[in-house]
Amino acid sequence: MIYLNNAATSARKPPCVVEAVARALTSGAGSSARGAAAADLDAARTVFEARCALAELFAFSHPERVVFFANATQALNTAIFGTVRPGDHVVATAYEHNSVLRPLALLERTRGARVSYVPVARSGAIALEDFDRLITPGTRLVAVSHASNLTGAVLPVAEVARMAHARGALVLVDAAQTAGALPVELDALGADLAAFTGHKALMGPQGTGGLAVAPQVEVEPLFCGGTGVQSARDRQPDTYPEHLEAGTANTPGLAGLAAGVRFVQEQGVEGIRAREEALRARFVSGVSAVPGVRVYGEGDGMGHVATVALNVGDADSARVADALAQRWGIATRAGLHCAPRAHEALGTRGQGAVRFSLGFYTTADEVDAAVRAVAAVARELA
Amino acid sequence: MGGAGAPPLRSDARAPQRRLVASFASTFDALEAERLCRAASVPGRIIPLPAQIRADCGLAWVLPAEDAARQAFLAALAGRVQPVALTELAL
Repeated sequence: MIYLNNAATSARKPPCVVEAVARALTSGAGSSARGAAAADLDAARTVFEARCALAELFAFSHPERVVFFANATQALNTAIFGTVRPGDHVVATAYEHNSVLRPLALLERTRGARVSYVPVARSGAIALEDFDRLITPGTRLVAVSHASNLTGAVLPVAEVARMAHARGALVLVDAAQTAGALPVELDALGADLAAFTGHKALMGPQGTGGLAVAPQVEVEPLFCGGTGVQSARDRQPDTYPEHLEAGTANTPGLAGLAAGVRFVQEQGVEGIRAREEALRARFVSGVSAVPGVRVYGEGDGMGHVATVALNVGDADSARVADALAQRWGIATRAGLHCAPRAHEALGTRGQGAVRFSLGFYTTADEVDAAVRAVAAVARELA
Repeated sequence: MGGAGAPPLRSDARAPQRRLVASFASTFDALEAERLCRAASVPGRIIPLPAQIRADCGLAWVLPAEDAARQAFLAALAGRVQPVALTELAL
């Protein structure tokens, strides 16, 4: 199989990740922060190491404020529900994933929050002037994807953060599509809160993700429960990470995530970026030459991570994706990609799009095979 | 992280000795203290937080009660971790 659905998950993991998970599962690692015997301390050290690895990757000097969850969605929910108060104004972009859109819609219904969406043009472009217009001195939170999960467009997060901070707003960056694929340095981006997932470009197992919370940023816990410290209190500890983390940690998953992060660091994010950028350009060049194929977002004036959305004529994106999977063994993703506003903006709300997302293990031969397969589908559907 | 570094400081319930116990606000701080002490070869080890300090859960760091050990411990932490308390106990 040629796996081009890396924006959903990196299906193939480096051997070091597999070994780290297996070691945690078979060497008797216990429960982190739930005892001081050797097995439980091993687990606690594993989770500690994962926090430190992530903080290093993000050039973030507060590893204790890297809080783990099961995925980026839980991290984004925590950031949103933990900062937006009744009646608050929030700015988000039309590129956001449902993991941002749905919490915000719920807050509109239940807390009277007011949400303004920065529009995305039909070309995929997003204008700084619109952020400037919509972020006001009363805005509480600006939620912005570091990169679109649909077209791969890299958003101007640092510029947006400067505007937001000048008006007293917090900045939440959704780095699900970029952590491990692009340099993600929290200070440089101006992120007050940054959500990441472990199982995409960071090469860790599913069930891992988290939120980095800058010092002085107040977040109300979304999850409450056991922390292994300050147990006599009837509320979550004020100290991090326990303030936002409750329940048993996913030690085997985090062992794998730490190994994945170290793997990415050894390879070098810049090198990974350069290689994936070249592969993406190769793919876009190939499919753009196929009659009937429409690639979205190429005229947006932005950089891209290694994700490409396209359609073949007016064909249902699901039909194209199914043909690619069944006849050529190519895994892509059809439909709306949990990004309905982005599809609305690109004009693909009804048809959806076929998303090709390349990853660390994608080869040039696989890219060429995918281009040939798209051309064959296009010929058949013409 | 494993057993290399500072030698363990074993307790013997039949013959308690005076020890210093550093308590922390979080598991992260306890583990950061362990990392810093190991890197500086400062003796000590992690223990469950004694109830005499606080009836609670959590991890603490136990070290010899001598002044020199206390100084070495605090120097190893170098202000990067702040213990909640340093308590002398018979362990």
